[in-house]
Amino acid sequence: MSDQALFWIFAILAGGGAIGVVILQDIVRMAFSLIISLGSTAGLFFLLDADFVAATQLLVYVGGTLVLLIFGVMLTASGPFRRIQMSSGETFVGAAVGLLFFSVIAFTVIDVEWETLDRSHRPVAEATNDETGNTSRAIGLRLVGIPADTEVGIHKDRGEKTGYLLPFEIVSIHLLVVLVGAAYLARAKRQETSEAAGGDA
Amino acid sequence: MPPTLADTATTIQSILQGWLNSESLAMFLAAVIHVALVAGFFGLPAGIFIWAERKISGRIQDRLGPTRVGGKFGWLQAIADGGKLIQKEDLVPEAADGPLFRVAPYVVVVSSLAAFMFLPFSDGWIAISLDIGLYLMLAVMSLEVIGVILAGYASGSKWALFGGMREAAQMVSYEIPMSICVVIPIITAGSLNLNEIGGLQSGHLGNWIIFHDPFSFLAFFVYFVCATASCKRAPFDLAEAESELVAGFLTEYSGFRWSFFFLAEYASMFAVCGIAVLLFLGGWHTGIPGLDGILDGPRYGSDAYVWTWLANALGFGVFFGKASLLVCVQIWVRWTLPRLRIDQVMMTCLKYLVPISCVLFLGAVIWPLALSFSGKTTIWGTPTGERAAPTMRLDSIPGPADQSPTASTSNGETGP
Repeated sequence: MSDQALFWIFAILAGGGAIGVVILQDIVRMAFSLIISLGSTAGLFFLLDADFVAATQLLVYVGGTLVLLIFGVMLTASGPFRRIQMSSGETFVGAAVGLLFFSVIAFTVIDVEWETLDRSHRPVAEATNDETGNTSRAIGLRLVGIPADTEVGIHKDRGEKTGYLLPFEIVSIHLLVVLVGAAYLARAKRQETSEAAGGDA
Repeated sequence: MPPTLADTATTIQSILQGWLNSESLAMFLAAVIHVALVAGFFGLPAGIFIWAERKISGRIQDRLGPTRVGGKFGWLQAIADGGKLIQKEDLVPEAADGPLFRVAPYVVVVSSLAAFMFLPFSDGWIAISLDIGLYLMLAVMSLEVIGVILAGYASGSKWALFGGMREAAQMVSYEIPMSICVVIPIITAGSLNLNEIGGLQSGHLGNWIIFHDPFSFLAFFVYFVCATASCKRAPFDLAEAESELVAGFLTEYSGFRWSFFFLAEYASMFAVCGIAVLLFLGGWHTGIPGLDGILDGPRYGSDAYVWTWLANALGFGVFFGKASLLVCVQIWVRWTLPRLRIDQVMMTCLKYLVPISCVLFLGAVIWPLALSFSGKTTIWGTPTGERAAPTMRLDSIPGPADQSPTASTSNGETGP
């Protein structure tokens, strides 16, 4: 009952924040609206006992990405870019794309027969003791290939040997390369101005 | 294996549920009690340290500090300040972005308050005990910067905007060495649960993680520098910088909204020092060899509720004393060192603290390997981390139905 009430509060905040991002015209207010939306999404994750995902959502999106976003917005927001006025054509295209995407999700949700859904399956990462929401240990073990539960192993046959550590490391190295590359491209080019300009062209 | 928190602790919710026979009402009341307690622990240190800051700064500058309000030591000064600030007019400048300007102090205060939910004041004296308590606490505390940036932007003033931008640059940079230094005690303890990390350091002084190896010893000091910077304390208070930016992001604020920022600053000083105490300085343990053993008896083992409570209350005093001592060091540093320039602040972080913390991290990872050549598990007698040895962790994981947990783990190693 209280879960339901909290769900509605967070859901309305998440949806309202997302709508605010679209409707508001001041770019920093948009960013704040996005904070509300993403923060409420973290709240929804907490309600689902997915505490690790929720904490990561707070740390990475709300704490990290959005700070950089606001930082960038503050540095660039001047004159014509501070307020965003959309033309009617842009509004139409945006609305059409949004509506299409919404209908895809809506059809998917409606298509699932929730009543007959087999609820005996345990989630991939389940809390390891009676306390709700301690999923990080199960996630960590799964990362190195020790299954905390085998019922819903993604690859049931070889699930006990394959962890997610290698894919995780590959992705993180990729991200690091991208970061270094971005820093290289964006750095102040003082001495080799002509060379860099030639290279860019 | 001593019983863990989950085995022994009786939650307020379960007690209330016994009395009330209503789950949602019990949950609601328990939430109210928790929030009231956390708000008390949030406000009390802030009030004390605002007074302490005035007294200590006064003594450092060879004056008396507040003496008139509240008897001999001026101890009512913080309350008098609060009363004065409530009376002031709540001004919003014309150039400001009204809603954002008004909401920014709340973002700062709420994120600082929320961090106290995950801080154990003594064994089990914690609002929400999670396996990722430390991670979540750092995540929540990193939200504080959003409020400061919003305040800087929404004030509609150049001074405030400069302060906000400096704050953003500083916070984003200092989070990196701080997080790396926090990982070092986690490697030693093998847990992210702050309650567990605190409980591990029982016994004697050598069991404190700061004395576990040379790398964690140095990591404590790097962490403390970063923590000071993350609280915007001098010599890193570039966001305020009275002598250059009027008052930085606080320039346009007045009255109670202004005091919210300070409440949050002093509370997060206590929070980061609390993390330092739990991660490095033995948590609620005294560090005196005999005494800790005597206290651990009732704390972890006894059935008598009163003795457990008393031992925990003493632990709370020890924890509060250690954290307050660290806060006093921050105050001492603030009134001793001059403010750095913004480029010096960034250079300190990116050119020195980040590489140092990376080296310390690598060292802490290699340390057990180096020790294993000498045939010891620690440089001291009793191994830290005994209570959270990895084998116990694997046993507590419910294994698949058809095989025992130990079989499933060995399967992963020996399988074809």
